[in-house]
Amino acid sequence: MRSRNDSTILADRNSGAATPIASLRGISKRFPNVVANDAVDLDLFPGEVHALLGENGAGKSTLMKILYGFYSCDRGSISVDGEERRISSPLDARMLGIGMVFQVFTLIPAMTVAENIALYVPDLSVRFTARSVGKVIDELGDRYGLRVDPRAAVRDLPVGDQQKVEVLKLLVGRARILIFDEATRVLAPHEIEGLFEIFEMLKRDGYAVVFITHKMREVLACADRITVMKQGRVSGTIEGRQATESALVARMFGGSVPDPVFRQGGDAPGDPILELRGVRTHPIGMGVGLRDVDLVIRAGEIVGVAGVSGNGQRELGDLILGLIPCARGKRWILDADATTWSAGKIRASGVGFVPDDPLGMAVVPWMTLAQNAALGDVETYARHGGLSIDWDHVQRDIAASFDELSFEALDAYVPVRAFSGGQLQRAVLSRELGRRPRLFVASYPTRGLDVRSAMAARRVLVDLRERGGGVLWISEDLDELCRVSDRLLVLRDGRIVGEFLPNEMDRQRIGHLMTDSGGADA
Amino acid sequence: MHRAWGGIAQFVKRGWTVAAARYAGILGGALIAYAAVLLLAGKDPIRAYADTFSFALGTRYGFSEVLVRMIPLLLTAVAVALPSRLGLINVGGEGQLYMGAWLATWGAITLPSLPKAVFIPILIVMGFVGGGGWAAFAGFLRARGWVNETITTLLMNYVAPLLVGYSVYGMWRSREVGSAAFPQTVAFPDAARLPRFFGTRVHLGLLLGMVALLGLWFVMERTKWGLKMRAIGGNPEASRRLGIRLGLYIVVVMFIAGGIAGVAGMAEVTALHGRLRAGFSPGYGFMGFLISWLAGGSPLGILMMSFVLAIVFSGGTLLQITQGVPFSAINVLMAIILFVVLANPRFSSGALRRGFQRGGGRR
Repeated sequence: MRSRNDSTILADRNSGAATPIASLRGISKRFPNVVANDAVDLDLFPGEVHALLGENGAGKSTLMKILYGFYSCDRGSISVDGEERRISSPLDARMLGIGMVFQVFTLIPAMTVAENIALYVPDLSVRFTARSVGKVIDELGDRYGLRVDPRAAVRDLPVGDQQKVEVLKLLVGRARILIFDEATRVLAPHEIEGLFEIFEMLKRDGYAVVFITHKMREVLACADRITVMKQGRVSGTIEGRQATESALVARMFGGSVPDPVFRQGGDAPGDPILELRGVRTHPIGMGVGLRDVDLVIRAGEIVGVAGVSGNGQRELGDLILGLIPCARGKRWILDADATTWSAGKIRASGVGFVPDDPLGMAVVPWMTLAQNAALGDVETYARHGGLSIDWDHVQRDIAASFDELSFEALDAYVPVRAFSGGQLQRAVLSRELGRRPRLFVASYPTRGLDVRSAMAARRVLVDLRERGGGVLWISEDLDELCRVSDRLLVLRDGRIVGEFLPNEMDRQRIGHLMTDSGGADA
Repeated sequence: MHRAWGGIAQFVKRGWTVAAARYAGILGGALIAYAAVLLLAGKDPIRAYADTFSFALGTRYGFSEVLVRMIPLLLTAVAVALPSRLGLINVGGEGQLYMGAWLATWGAITLPSLPKAVFIPILIVMGFVGGGGWAAFAGFLRARGWVNETITTLLMNYVAPLLVGYSVYGMWRSREVGSAAFPQTVAFPDAARLPRFFGTRVHLGLLLGMVALLGLWFVMERTKWGLKMRAIGGNPEASRRLGIRLGLYIVVVMFIAGGIAGVAGMAEVTALHGRLRAGFSPGYGFMGFLISWLAGGSPLGILMMSFVLAIVFSGGTLLQITQGVPFSAINVLMAIILFVVLANPRFSSGALRRGFQRGGGRR
């Protein structure tokens, strides 16, 4: 595979660095009910990209947040440059040259790049000049491939450039250890490659880069050293050039877990379940409006939607669910004109959904699983004209649905906010699929899930297709989309700009279409 | 069955052990601070408190007056607690109370004479519609995503008493000899007077308040509408996706809540005063807000807190007479309680606080 080649090239590292720049020894951290880190040892070397790989909840982020002073560890010690240090706040960490790029950026959107970065200049003179900071930005930008216009307002920058600003902030603040927490989540494929090139240049100058991720491909593409974490412990450290996918999987799961290969684009598609004809919507808030969207989803078909987030994916899902009106065009559901239907009516006609943020958009966090399940279909469970609710019936349906989807059962009388991301997603999927939907809108159904939960979610959605349901599958994980879609659409700026069948799916081309960059016609 | 017991056990636990200790702490602190105020004013706080409690709890008349005071507090508190479950903040109890009284008065003085058994239900409905319509307007603006209901209900509090004032100074002003000097309407016919019990001033409103309280608990905890409403309060975004009609619920709930406050106003004028007077409420609606806040929206808490504040309230009247402390000094005590509660958000538990946190002008 291509990624293997990359990693052998990258592994040609500066081997002179034998002493670690930072060492963590015996780090333990308990949260209520969970041991996040259990006696973890880790060494970070200068001039090296160190990947921390593991499922969600394996303790990677916690470990790095301890190094960054965001959490304090219960036990263990940290030494930087051979000297033991107490890091009790991010400020301490920054003084020691440790910097972190979070999943959610910490920039101030209204300010310019220079102003944002100036906030991190350690010895900023009282009279701040944008020009002096700008010069520093340009120098660093040239050196490390982080070119950003210092005078541009951050809110106008694409996500990839915002990330560059985050990195520049750390460099300006004289960080020597740069921690990237799930840094590729928001990036398009070619932007990810750009990030890895930046890693390469940082490495050359002796920076230590820590890259937290759960994506195997990326690890193999960029890491010199890979530490795999599992349930709060280190389950192995491998040199990047010796790493193989199967070796990593074995360490992540303690046994290999084959992700099944799904059949794609098989039978002739069935009757249309949903049709959008020339639909436009008005932009809501900071979002984009859909423009002239024509879309058909047929029975027994998965239609994937790729795109950089914020290009109309949420609007498309919401439009189908009836949450936003069509400003122009028609929405047809099962041969009926549903243009003016309410969300309730559309749901009752057999449409289910998984939103991009299950806790924020699909459930009431402090309600129990049973209550949330009842909310999915209140009328079915109401008794005596609504004066009471048949909780036994709710309970039976939950059990039946979990059983049918082969999910392990969950406690029905615990508030759902106590569930992990995977458990919550299973709860939502079981509620929504238990209603036997004809059409399913899955927005980022595997985002933030550990590998097992993601596989389970993929499996049940593919099963729905096999049983003749139509699925709209919105995702930012192009690998996933290419594996499950019977058709793949690319959404940019509220328009459908490309459509691919399984045998035509080319990641590079799709990536360029997503970002409207050169090479789209290649 | 087992679930029902669990529910009751939880209810009792929430209502009693946790809440009682908390409220006792709040009230104790507030009473001590108020004692300091009385001392500063040169009064004897111990005498004042002894007088208040022996009057309110030790005499039949005093106790009945406490119950009378409690009625509007109970009703207006329910009018705050109900929308709070949807995350709506109804600060407009006072205005809704005035509008309920206003519309009921219109019925009482213009409808032809009817038998009491017909007249009273009609007046209750009119009071309900008066307050409910007033609140539903704010609910409508909120449902359309135009205006935050906290602002509208608050500001409409200042309009309603003026409307009442306009009416009693103008078209409805009594021409009776001897009473024409006061801004008030003519006396209501006997059939329009809410029944009172036990030879005291305790009136039917107490029963209505209890019904409202029980209804609040039952609807919220047991019915499908309660489930949906709690879902809206817990996560409006998810509720919308599940096909719950948020706008409809917001308007209807505001109507019912305002209606309950309106009944409080109706009961005040038809049972106690027998006529509509300008400024007849000494801020019951605001007090109801305070009570609901203190009780965290729990029905049992509302019952306890409105009883306690009713004692304080009737104590205010008593102290005015026996010790020459102005009635408005009670406001000092109320403000102290509010400060104590607001300063520590943990005091106000549950739904109400959640309501306040997600107050913003979200659709």
